[in-house]
Amino acid sequence: MAKSEAEVARVYGGPAGWISVAIPAAIFVWMLQYMGAVAAGQPVLVGIDWVPSMDIRLSVLIDGLSLTFALLISGIGTLVTLYSTKYLGNHPEYPRFVLFLMLFMVGMLGLVLSDNLIALFVFWEITTISSYLLIGFSSDEAKSRRSALQALLVTGTGGLAFLAGIILLGNVAGSFELSEVLGQGDVIRAHPLYPAILILFLAGAFTKSAQFPFHFWLPNAMAAPTPVSAYLHSATMVKGGVYLMARMNPALGGTDAWFWALVIAGGFTTVFASVLAIRQTDIKQVLAYTTLMALGALTLFIGAGTAAAITGMMAFLVVHSLYKAALFLMIGIVDHETGTRDVDTLRGLGRKMPLTFLGGAIAALSMAGIPPLVGFIGKEFLYKAGLDMDRATLWITGTIFAASALMFVAAGISVLRPFTGKLAQTPQTPHEGPWAMWIGPLLLGSLSLGFGLFPDTLEAWFVAPGTWAVYGDYGYAVDLYLFREVNAAFLLSLATFATGAVLYAIHRPLRGWLGRVFEANPIKFDPGWDRVLDGLKALAGWQTRLLQSGVLQRYIFTVFLTLAVGIGATIWAKDAMDFRIDWVGSVEGLQFKHWAVVVFVTAGAILTAITTSRMTAIAALGVVGIGVALIFIIFSAPDVAITQLLVEVLVVVLVAVAMLKLPQLGLARDRKRRPVHAALAGTIGVLVTMVMIGVVQGNIDRRLTDFFEVASWPEAYGRNIVNVILVDFRAIDTFGEIAVVVIAALAAYALLRGTRYDRNGDKPEDRT
Amino acid sequence: MMNSIILNAATRLVVALLLLFSVFMLLRGHNLPGGGFIGGLIGATGFVLHSIAMGAQATRDTLRYEPQNIAMIGLGIALAAGVFAVFFGDAFFTGQWWFAGADPADPDDKGIPISSVLVFDIGVYLVVFGSLLTLVLALEEEV
Repeated sequence: MAKSEAEVARVYGGPAGWISVAIPAAIFVWMLQYMGAVAAGQPVLVGIDWVPSMDIRLSVLIDGLSLTFALLISGIGTLVTLYSTKYLGNHPEYPRFVLFLMLFMVGMLGLVLSDNLIALFVFWEITTISSYLLIGFSSDEAKSRRSALQALLVTGTGGLAFLAGIILLGNVAGSFELSEVLGQGDVIRAHPLYPAILILFLAGAFTKSAQFPFHFWLPNAMAAPTPVSAYLHSATMVKGGVYLMARMNPALGGTDAWFWALVIAGGFTTVFASVLAIRQTDIKQVLAYTTLMALGALTLFIGAGTAAAITGMMAFLVVHSLYKAALFLMIGIVDHETGTRDVDTLRGLGRKMPLTFLGGAIAALSMAGIPPLVGFIGKEFLYKAGLDMDRATLWITGTIFAASALMFVAAGISVLRPFTGKLAQTPQTPHEGPWAMWIGPLLLGSLSLGFGLFPDTLEAWFVAPGTWAVYGDYGYAVDLYLFREVNAAFLLSLATFATGAVLYAIHRPLRGWLGRVFEANPIKFDPGWDRVLDGLKALAGWQTRLLQSGVLQRYIFTVFLTLAVGIGATIWAKDAMDFRIDWVGSVEGLQFKHWAVVVFVTAGAILTAITTSRMTAIAALGVVGIGVALIFIIFSAPDVAITQLLVEVLVVVLVAVAMLKLPQLGLARDRKRRPVHAALAGTIGVLVTMVMIGVVQGNIDRRLTDFFEVASWPEAYGRNIVNVILVDFRAIDTFGEIAVVVIAALAAYALLRGTRYDRNGDKPEDRT
Repeated sequence: MMNSIILNAATRLVVALLLLFSVFMLLRGHNLPGGGFIGGLIGATGFVLHSIAMGAQATRDTLRYEPQNIAMIGLGIALAAGVFAVFFGDAFFTGQWWFAGADPADPDDKGIPISSVLVFDIGVYLVVFGSLLTLVLALEEEV
């Protein structure tokens, strides 16, 4: 022991390793205390107000579904982090890896435990971002970076749709609290917005859980280190979408649209993925596609929606997490110890790596659905639910039968072939991995066996409470068993084994044939993704070239043109100029001081337009500004007047300083454009005047003014309403504005400093 | 920078007056025209004048702190003033008041009111002041 401890200290240099194991282990133990209440059918609901004014609460809902997920996340998390201490422990970026993994775990736990939809979304995005960081962990490889970006964009886009769905749902249900939303299923399903909500939620769930046609990112995500694949892309994150669908079942489920969307997408994904799994030669890819198959099956049975289907779904959820995490960890050990994952190279490892083989073999038997392992129970109850359906019976049973038979083959490919037979030559000489690595598969394997032999435990702890939560009926009696009688489901199982065995016998020629079929298929999702991205970049480049000319005059022209079109179109469309201009009346009341200001401003404006000197133009523009300030003073708005004056002075100084560097106005060159500019300027002037007249003639809504006049002194102890609004009533807006001021100043500073050249046109850094 | 003795001499006086005036405007803002925004503008104007008379480097030396740091500290002060309310169980940015020396029996006697709102306004002042000087000084050095 002493030696291995010294080794740990030397190689893993720091506390990151054991901390990363201790945290999920502690969470696992902590979550166990809720088992009693949840198994008795009593969900736990706790929370604190987070942003009460927007109905956002940090609330936690612990019921059968969320507790099952939380235990899987923390339990498998413990094994995966323990495994990582050896798998990645001497990687120079190991602490960073641990940080990302912990970030992910927090996000995932938050996702499944949140009772508030907004909080759930925040955690949902945390898992997306940490998944991006973890897939791209080997950031020096282009393939990793591409896969990471692909996963981020696909799941992130789905996430945005999901957010839109949440907002719609919150408005329909009147609350963002899941515990309240779930009770209003009938209101939601009858609402005219239901189809939109459904589509947006499913867009989020399907991208996250890689359902066809968004499936392509998941196999690519296997570029991540193997512990990440085992944890995120098999046992936890990709099941986030499944969790969402299961969670929303009481609120959104039960309609025809829900049924067919999930049943068709899930059924297709499950068969499609299991066929692709057989085609792979990299065992990790085989496992990636079987994960897709499982996600499809879970979607399928959530869609099917009967109590039996939900029971089967919950059982299969636990079963799959147990065996798939074990298999990923197993192939990670094989890769780590032999240097390859190629199914044609690996043979006869069983004698060299007996413990890894044992853990992997139990998991593979569970995946193949062979009794007495828990995989058999999972498959049996899926069959049973499929056969009991009153619609789409053949589709559901057929797809799950085909997928199960192919799972049988995939189990053989990923464990039977590499571990049995005669030992083959591999890049590294194989030997058993360290205990921290094989303990994971072995423990998960024993759980697969234990739950298989004692299905009542699985039922009482996970499947029954989970079914109650998803199905929404706490009275339904769940009954899991290993074997009771020879029925149709049992006969289907036997047929599965027979079909699977035949397919396994011919899987090598089958693989070649499938390869040729898929090569010939013109629709390819992964290259198609690249074309979509290229198209997006081309579009961005085109519109940037169009809008970002780099010439200040054109920018300003564009801005004012947009303004003119916007105001003009609005006035025209709303027919807003339906009033009489009282020319005589508006001139009658004017006193000498008003006329003086008008002359002052007009003279400044004309001088600005006709002068050939920039300096004169700036000064004349300053005159216009000061004239405007005078108007504010005349109409008793001293605050605005002072600000206007100061800004005007500073603008003149600033621009004058800048102008010193600029050449004389190139009027000869601009002559052709001047009529256009003049026309635009005139249009803007007319439009703004029209709007001003419209505003003055219309009924001004004084409710806000009245409120502030009344409330300013008693509530904010200030008599200057403008300032009280700025610093008290609307302080958060002011805060946003001053943040913008700082950012603008820093950006301008960076621009000025970054492009500083000396007289010779060299950058200062270039000088020697 | 202009080499003018008159401007130079006048600047020394005017800058001091402008700074004093800017603080005056800041403090009176809650009841009379003024406030952090205007105060910051006036204060910045003083130093802009200083930089025109004495040169940007002299102004930086006089300021001692980089203007962009002043702006960011101002932003931090404004944020702190907002967060302050949270410790008293109020929503973010709720004004917190302390009427120093006020007679509790007389509801109109506010004594010397000291508040998180004033702290926020000081933050606004520093942001406007620092941001403007960041820009002006960088521009003047550019020319």
